[in-house]
Formats: sequence, structure tokens, C-alpha cells
Amino acid sequence: MNDEKVERIIGHLLRAGVILSALIVAVGGAIYLLHHAHEIPDHAVFRGEPKFSNASGRGIIMGGLLVLILTPVARVAFSLIAFTLERDWIYVAVTTVVLGLLTYGLMSS
Amino acid sequence: MDVLQFTLLVAAGSFGAGLLGSLTGLGGGVVLVPMLTLAFGVDLRYAIGSSLVSVIATSSGAASSYVREGYSNIRVGMFLEIATSIGALLGAFLATRIPTPAIAVIFGLALLYSAWDSFRSRAGEVDETPAPNLIATALRLDSSYPTEQGPKTYHVQAVPLGFGMMIGAGTLSGLLGIGSGAMKVLAMDRAMRLPFKVSTTTSNFMIGVTAAASAGIYFRKGYIDPGLSMPVMLGVLAGSMLGARILMRAQVRSLRLVFGVVLLTMAVEMIYNGVSGKL
Repeated sequence: MNDEKVERIIGHLLRAGVILSALIVAVGGAIYLLHHAHEIPDHAVFRGEPKFSNASGRGIIMGGLLVLILTPVARVAFSLIAFTLERDWIYVAVTTVVLGLLTYGLMSS
Repeated sequence: MDVLQFTLLVAAGSFGAGLLGSLTGLGGGVVLVPMLTLAFGVDLRYAIGSSLVSVIATSSGAASSYVREGYSNIRVGMFLEIATSIGALLGAFLATRIPTPAIAVIFGLALLYSAWDSFRSRAGEVDETPAPNLIATALRLDSSYPTEQGPKTYHVQAVPLGFGMMIGAGTLSGLLGIGSGAMKVLAMDRAMRLPFKVSTTTSNFMIGVTAAASAGIYFRKGYIDPGLSMPVMLGVLAGSMLGARILMRAQVRSLRLVFGVVLLTMAVEMIYNGVSGKL
């Protein structure tokens, strides 16, 4: 597997992730608007807690946004596989560090 | 104003921000956050959260077309993503601890830099080839890029300096929810002496990973509001995709000047609101 081929696959992977996430967010958004269209928006006051659990579309939107956040992570994971196949050990190490930092950001509290 | 009107207006504004951001090459986030806070009265933290999400979308959405052109340097990008990810984690950590008015002021300063950047004309290609660099050779960072005369080799310089600047770029990204593409390009183009086109495409490639590093923290701290992020992300994505299509032939010089004036106005307002405690 050469660099050029790897980069092309990565490009497709990223685009697929973005399209999938945009579709999920759009579906969630439509459901959200069906239920809340005529309420008063409340983005002026910060509440400081994640809104995962709320029903009527919000949870679906958050799911779509999670797919979006995971898309670059998947890209790094794929690069790790590609560098391993190329036996490019310096970049296997570099990519592992990046993946570790991303995982830390996603998991830490 | 009810939720439906709010959503449609935010989507339209985000579309405009994405379009302008991609046409001028300055990114959408830097204009999106002031628009949401100043015009729509959104809390700065929600604005930053939805901006960060849209930054991931535009970076990843555009990557496939950049990659195909053969300009981006995947090894330089991956190596420097260590620096930007460390910075992004630091920035997101700071964002939850620095008082909101102070963040508004820092954001205003970043806007001032972007405004200055848009008034300045882009430097042409420097047609000199620096000698191979020890660290860059060891890390296999050197590569070539397509020109009209065929592939041209370049040698990467000043790796530690570039790495340090990238930690700074990552911190700004995590703190303000922007891509901080301008600072990434500065590090690669000026410090590391990569060809300009390689710098901009590699920067775009890195923005998504940088933003993803801080996005998890934003998620858990409640910065990402679904009702707000939905129109912002979809609007910015559509706007930037359209922008990328018309960019090929567009005359962007005058557009950058207009955009610069908008950024300057927003910078003054953000700093004023921060200092007077209105945000």
C-alpha cells in the first residue's frame, strides 16, 4: 500500500463520516423542530450539562455530532494500520501518540 | 422569536459564515462565534461549542478533494498533530476554568489577527530550496509537490519551532472553538518553510483532528447544545462546500478586504463586551 493510495482512502473515509453525520443531524433536527418549533429558544443562559438524554430529536442530533467527532479519530486509526503495513515504525509510534491523546480527550472527565 | 425562526436564521447566518470562510481561506469559526453571541445573544460557551463541531465538519468534508490534488503532507500533518492535540486538550481544559469575559477578550484579539491577515496580501512562492535538515530527515518529513514543471522536492526546516507554534495553535483552537488555520499555516509556511499550498492543505487536514481532541471535553462539559449545533453545523457545511466550488475562479482580493472590515468590527465589539462584562 503506497502513500497516495492511503491518502485517497482517508479522503473517502472522512467524507463518508461527514455525510453520515450530517444525515443523522438533519433527521434529528427535523424531529426536534416538529416538537419544539413554537417554543422560546434558550441559548442565552449556559447550564453546563450535556443534553444527551432529552427525547424528541435532541438525542439523535447528539448521536450525529458524536459520529462527526469520531470521524477524524477513525482517520488516525486507519493511518495507524497503514503505517503498520508499511512497517514505518517511527510513524506507528507518532500515530499511536496522537490516537492516545484523542482517546484521552474523549474518555477523561 | 420562536425556535423555528431562530433555527432558520442561525442556519442562514452559518451558511454565510461558511461561504465567506471558505472563499477567503480564513475559516468559518472566527466569524461564527461573534455572530452567534453578538447578533443572536447566544452564551459564548454554546457558541464556541457549536463552532468547534462545524470546524470538524468543514475540515473533514474538504479533505478528500485536497488529498486528491497531492499537496498535503501526511507525515508532517501526523507528526504536528501530536503538538496540536496536546494544545487542544490544554485549551479545552483552560476554557472550562478561565472566566467567560476573559475568553471574549482573547477571542477579540484572535479576530484582530485574522483581520490583519485578511488585509495583507498573500506572499508568493519563495523559489529557494533550503538544505536538508537533520531532524526533518530523521522523521522523513521531506516530500515533493506537483508543479507545472513536474514534482518539486522540498526540505522541511525548524522542526522544534514549528512544533512549539503548533502547541500554541492547538491551545487557541481548544480555547476558542476555532480551527486556528491561520496560525497552523504560519508555523508551516514561515517557520518550517513548506511550500504555501502544502501548508494550507496540510493545515486543513490537521484542523479536524485538533478539534476532535477538545470536542470530547466540550461534550461532557455541556458546551454542545443540540438545538443550536444542528443549524450551525448544517449551515456552515453547506456554505463551505459551495464556497469550495466557486473558489476556483473567484476574485477573492476585494472579498478579503470586506471580510477584514467585518472581522475588525467584531473584534472591537468582542473586546468591548468582554471588558465591560456583557458576555
